[in-house]
Amino acid sequence: MDGSQSPLKSPNDIVLARQLVRRAAQQIGLSLVDQTKVVTAASELARNALVHGHGGVMDLEVVENGGRRGLRLTFSDQGPGIPNIDLALTDGWTSGNGLGLGLSGARRLVNEFRIHSQVGRGTQVTVVRWK
Amino acid sequence: MDRIPILRMGEFLLVSIQVDLHDQLVLQLQDDLTNAVHRHAARGVLIDISAVEVVDSFIGRMISDISSMGRILGARTVLVGMRPAVAITLVELGLSLPGVETALTVERGMLRLRAENS
Repeated sequence: MDGSQSPLKSPNDIVLARQLVRRAAQQIGLSLVDQTKVVTAASELARNALVHGHGGVMDLEVVENGGRRGLRLTFSDQGPGIPNIDLALTDGWTSGNGLGLGLSGARRLVNEFRIHSQVGRGTQVTVVRWK
Repeated sequence: MDRIPILRMGEFLLVSIQVDLHDQLVLQLQDDLTNAVHRHAARGVLIDISAVEVVDSFIGRMISDISSMGRILGARTVLVGMRPAVAITLVELGLSLPGVETALTVERGMLRLRAENS
């Protein structure tokens, strides 16, 4: 299906990523609440890629499964990676000065959540929100 | 650089956020608003987010911080106009904005500030 890739190099790219995800979420007919959830998750993950991964990209795809449509977002960076993913997914755990809700919070806002990270190589987070 | 305007109404400050918030803009607002509270000896701050479609953990934390900074300086902050979808998402995200006073509309927020300060 149709997809796009956008850079996450500056704080302004977080805003652009949110707008792209909002548009795609509207196109596949997500409810307003679900749009807001997936856009917020995208904002968290885009910021993670930018702040912790030193920049990256977001891939956006419309996916289909048995007539059901969804939005799949993949955030990839070549940053330092996450040594302990379980810890990073804990509410309140933070490596910086944030609230530590980015990863754990984003996971609660989507239907599917996959994370793959290698220390020294980077991190990839894939989320799906189904209609 | 863009800035969010801060309006003064007597001893209150009014901010209406009408743009998609990027990180720098929120940080700038935190700075500007804290300075404005001090400069005008404001007793209350009203922040209208009825046009804001997304509040993520960063923006949420900034709102919390603005409210704490105002309180330390002697001003109450009331956050008004949050959209239902934003409220649902914030709670699911794990962010309930502790310590931040809220009201549904600008009018109610203003009433609350006035009641407290009369």
